[in-house]
Amino acid sequence: MTRIGDNRARLLALYTTMCRIRAFEETALAAHKAGEIPGPLHVSIGQEAVAAGICGNLRRDDRITSNHRGHGHALAKGAGVAGMMEELFGRAGGHCRGKGGSMHIADFSVGMLGANGVVAGGIPIAVGAAQGLKLMGSDAIVACFFGDGAINRGPFLEGLNWAALYRLPVLFVCEDNGVAAFTATASVTAGPGVAARAEALGVPTVSVDGNDAAAVDEAAARLVAEVRAGTGPRLLHATTYRITGHTSTDPAAWRDPAAVEAARAAEPILRLRARLLSEGVAGSTLDIIQGDALAEMAAARSSALAAPWPDPAVAWEDVQDIGAVAGEA
Amino acid sequence: MQSITLVEAARRAALQEMRRDPSVWVLGEDVARGGLFGQYRGFLEEFGDQRVVSTPISESVIMGAGLGAALVGTRPIIEMRIFDFVMCAMDELVNQIAKVRYMFGGQAKPAVVIRMPHGIWRNSAAQHSQMLESWFTHIPGLVVAVPSSPADTAGLLVTAIRSDDPVLFFDPKNLFPLTGPVAEVIEPIPFGQARRLREGGDLTLVTWSAIVPQVEEAAALLAARGIAADVLDLRTLWPWDEAAVAASLRRTGRLLVVHEAVTTGGFGAEVVARMVELLGPGGLKAVGRLGQPRVPVPFAPPLEDALKVDTAKIVAAAEALMRR
Ligand SMILES: Cc1ncc(C[n+]2csc(CCOP(=O)(O)OP(=O)(O)O)c2C)c(N)n1
Repeated sequence: MTRIGDNRARLLALYTTMCRIRAFEETALAAHKAGEIPGPLHVSIGQEAVAAGICGNLRRDDRITSNHRGHGHALAKGAGVAGMMEELFGRAGGHCRGKGGSMHIADFSVGMLGANGVVAGGIPIAVGAAQGLKLMGSDAIVACFFGDGAINRGPFLEGLNWAALYRLPVLFVCEDNGVAAFTATASVTAGPGVAARAEALGVPTVSVDGNDAAAVDEAAARLVAEVRAGTGPRLLHATTYRITGHTSTDPAAWRDPAAVEAARAAEPILRLRARLLSEGVAGSTLDIIQGDALAEMAAARSSALAAPWPDPAVAWEDVQDIGAVAGEA
Repeated sequence: MQSITLVEAARRAALQEMRRDPSVWVLGEDVARGGLFGQYRGFLEEFGDQRVVSTPISESVIMGAGLGAALVGTRPIIEMRIFDFVMCAMDELVNQIAKVRYMFGGQAKPAVVIRMPHGIWRNSAAQHSQMLESWFTHIPGLVVAVPSSPADTAGLLVTAIRSDDPVLFFDPKNLFPLTGPVAEVIEPIPFGQARRLREGGDLTLVTWSAIVPQVEEAAALLAARGIAADVLDLRTLWPWDEAAVAASLRRTGRLLVVHEAVTTGGFGAEVVARMVELLGPGGLKAVGRLGQPRVPVPFAPPLEDALKVDTAKIVAAAEALMRR
């Protein structure tokens, strides 16, 4: 139904988001290597199409929950780049005032309810947020991102059952990169996997090539509309590939180099670029998008590096109202 | 003022707050049927099934959904049915609820009340009788309430529901039938203020939750034997009323902490340690703790009785302290 021009604009928007996520994470990895970022990073290089395709179909007042690999989800949902980069650097201007870091990025102002350091930890929170929104009469929905490793934890079963039972407005998104940390998920998962499990719990499921941004976008548009219409939860199973290691310090040397090379060739940004070129978009246009993204993130890196550290007194704040301990600073 | 049971006091407090604030709702197993103890009787009829949500036996999601719903602006009462089942929701409680406000730099407001009827109760054995309240005082971000009377239960529950903090509310389930006066309009009781149950100058008895009636009974027996106990019910363990305990000790010099929980690592240890820090090692003439030995709660009545704190043990411990 959409005209070609509209479709092209959609794909360009996806391309822009994906390039920004890639540039953010490559910049962060370089900063980490240079000793500018303390603590580990979990990057999602190669998985950008899922975050971009889902969040591009959400409204600002829709909410998302994320996992330990959440930079892309946050950026795609509209979280401010400066606040994200400063959070990674542990600076005062970070979204979480330097108290969370990479694994706990949140930006409530755009509905990003938090990354999570506990696998499957976001699932119960997402269904509850959906229940709260429904209770308040809102038509906002919640997208809940998790990896294939999460489907072997109890909250996956409890949360999907719950969402189906109360017909809650949740779009579950399983980013299936085939691995959980250093283990092939299939080697520790019985049965036919996430889609069959979700269907068994009464959650209609769609599987998609998660490295095909246009396909993710199309599926997401349909599922988001269904969820928003009040027909209950849906699950999108997106297969993808994590090109880098588990954390910033993991070379993932245990993987078959040929498979990694193949995955690099099939990665989602190159694929979307090829598609856009074939639809007549000029390569120079795409180069500009990519260059802008890199420049934006390089600027965020230098600002974060120059930004002030949090005042140590801030360490005492944001604990609780009743029974808060007084700072000794 | 009407005299009502503790469980009815709790019911009226929640009822009052749900009438006052439409963002308050309750979720947990069987709550639409009034809850295991009748603490939500009539709620479904008045508030409907969107605000009184009987849930699957899914403690992780009961807890985590409460948090998620709080993050979008509602104020859930999370009912755990019996305290011991919170063990199935520890990630959601300890890693998520207690941490979100801090980890996200103040963006999150985990305004939940987690109700957990706890304590020894009708020979229910080891998995339905625990008192682990001290664990939770160790966790930054959490507030811990341990009432023992109908009026305190009502007033503290109102405070808990109105608070933006996550409050762990330990309903003393063995005391649910206990009666006492409760005002028609329930006013909030501030946290961190002990209630003096009896005034005396010979020793300070510090206590809370289900064992309080026996401590009062013991104090009366001690009075008949010429020992005047100053009895303080802490009512909340985080924050707790250090000042009231210290002031009492400055007069009596003798401290006995009595709780139903296991003595080792119980909150009595914290009370004693803080008093030594505040008053100095020479500031106290005698110090003791009385709790359950470090043994699970057994089933058979003679076994349960052998281990649990009771009036006679409290009297004996107090008298021993007076001889030191
Ligand atoms: C409950 C829990 N167990 C273990 C971990 C350690 N851990 C962090 S990420 C991870 C792998 C998760 O796999 P998946 O969800 O598929 O995401 P991926 O890392 O593959 O993107 C593990 C085991 C954790 N964070 N939480």
